[in-house]
Amino acid sequence: MNKLMIWYGELITGKKLIKRGLFFLTPGMMWLILFLVLPGLILILVSFASRGVYGELVWEFGLDNYKRLLGFGIFGWTPDYIYILLRSLLVAVVTTVLSVILSYPLCFYIARKPERTRYLWLTIVIIPFWTNMVIRTYSWFLILAPEMPLAKLAAFLKFIDPGMPLYPSAFAVYLGMISMFLPFVALPLFSSIERLDWTLVEAAQDLYASNYRIFMHAILPQTLPGLSVGIILTLVPAMGMFVVPDLLGGAKYMLVGNLIQQQFGSSRDWAFGAAISMGLMVLTMFSLYLYKRKNKDIDLL
Amino acid sequence: MKGLQLRGINKTYGNVRAVENISQEIHSGEFFTLLGPSGCGKTTLLRMIAGLELQDSGQIILEGEDITALPAIKRQINTVFQSYALFPHLNIFENVAFGLRSRKVPGPEVDKRVKATLEMLELGQMTQRFPHQLSGGQNQRVALARALVNEPKILLLDEPMSALDAKLRAQVQVELRRLQQKLGQTFILVTHDQDEALVVSDRIAVMKEGKIVQFGTPMEVYDSPKNKFVAEFLGTANIIEGSYHDGLFHTELGLFELEKPPAWERGMIAIRPEWIRISANKPAKNGIQAKVTEIIYRGNNLDIGLSPGPLRVRTSTYQQVKMGDTLWLELAPKEMAVLNE
Repeated sequence: MNKLMIWYGELITGKKLIKRGLFFLTPGMMWLILFLVLPGLILILVSFASRGVYGELVWEFGLDNYKRLLGFGIFGWTPDYIYILLRSLLVAVVTTVLSVILSYPLCFYIARKPERTRYLWLTIVIIPFWTNMVIRTYSWFLILAPEMPLAKLAAFLKFIDPGMPLYPSAFAVYLGMISMFLPFVALPLFSSIERLDWTLVEAAQDLYASNYRIFMHAILPQTLPGLSVGIILTLVPAMGMFVVPDLLGGAKYMLVGNLIQQQFGSSRDWAFGAAISMGLMVLTMFSLYLYKRKNKDIDLL
Repeated sequence: MKGLQLRGINKTYGNVRAVENISQEIHSGEFFTLLGPSGCGKTTLLRMIAGLELQDSGQIILEGEDITALPAIKRQINTVFQSYALFPHLNIFENVAFGLRSRKVPGPEVDKRVKATLEMLELGQMTQRFPHQLSGGQNQRVALARALVNEPKILLLDEPMSALDAKLRAQVQVELRRLQQKLGQTFILVTHDQDEALVVSDRIAVMKEGKIVQFGTPMEVYDSPKNKFVAEFLGTANIIEGSYHDGLFHTELGLFELEKPPAWERGMIAIRPEWIRISANKPAKNGIQAKVTEIIYRGNNLDIGLSPGPLRVRTSTYQQVKMGDTLWLELAPKEMAVLNE
């Protein structure tokens, strides 16, 4: 341990190295344990507790919360909560897929720009981040208001009654979600597309490949690292998103994020809220597991 | 009509004329090399033949058919890229099968042809490996197999050996030459390496600033360079300037007889270092005296620098030469190549 060694060019003893590591590592580790691991464990514990008459936590443990989540109640089996969970998954997946489809052309477009203007374009993609999420979501109210062209067009096409706004609706939720998450897909994807080796595309052309084959073999594998980061950065937070569906979906399009918020807020049922959180976590992990199994060569998680 | 004809090909990038009015015929079954320094337009020309670059004007005729307007995917021409451009996520078998699968060749036939090609290039054991698990030389052969399996009418090679180390390169050059002769297929190679061009080619076109400055067999191009550029680009050459009158070539080094009178009055001749003979006594004609100023021992030969000149002479290592020696040199008339441009 006290033997001298050379560690990436530095002459040092093993003992000193460990001391230094502990010094730098401890604060971060403590932070994680205090504010992530412990609350997580408490959440698990709470999810098995139950609600008192006045909404306080009662430390009587049972599986009631989970039974309720799965739809077993006093009136038989009604899988409303499962629907909400699955609907959240659907919204997250559709949001991610649409963001990916929109991001590819956007990134190719920006990557072809000369270096001088390229970063200006990227800044335009990032600018929405500088605005508060709630304000950004509220601004959709304005755009989707009955007086605005979008709502008028929808009324003209008989999708909605004249004089009605386009919110709350599933459409508004998707609009809000995609505008929220598009940069999360576009930025990592851009970093991959910027470094794309176009020789592979030429090689595919030289070998008689159709456009589909060119994308699958020359473009997709090269952009997969950025794409994966984008997909995970979108899919995971989109599953638990509650501001956007709350404002733009209302009661018409309840998602699991709103449900959890309700339990901790107006319903004052912390135990059930914790159980739903656990359900969401399991669903998220399962989706990522499926995603990872489909893309074996990605070592991200 | 066999082979490939290039007719008046032009290509300009901004203000740079990358390829300038090139017309060239490439015979069917020959190993043709485009040789030149970087930026001479050789790669641009190759890419236009492949269909990866669009010429401003001119025609490309392949076996009598005008392919000028055909895109790369419709040309029966395949390319070995400088970086090989293998698909990293596909194994060797699938990489080689790529072109056949694109053209929807039935599975059993793909299997047969890919295996035969890999076998021919001694890659039979590698089918299940991935490009990153192979050495540079092996990947180069995979790239070759991937192009050859499609049985192209012309195989294009864009500096395929630039990533290999010197020893392997020398070996691959010979293998490539043998392979081409065995297959009897048309190969067009782009390179800046004059040794490579001499070893593999049936004919060489030396390019400079978008133009073909000379073409011919390796021996023609090396032995009778047309101008200073070709003489110096292929191997090393002593360039001697002077004027020709009264049946003699008058230079700073002395008077020389030439094999036949040149077309010019003032001009240059080139003589290769290995064509100058060293002798102890004054030669019968074209002899000059020079002092040794530099001796470089290269293992298989001695590279001697002399003044006046400066002249370079290459000779066998058994020559006893010391710094400061004064030697008689013989520049025989038939070894002096008259530069006409």
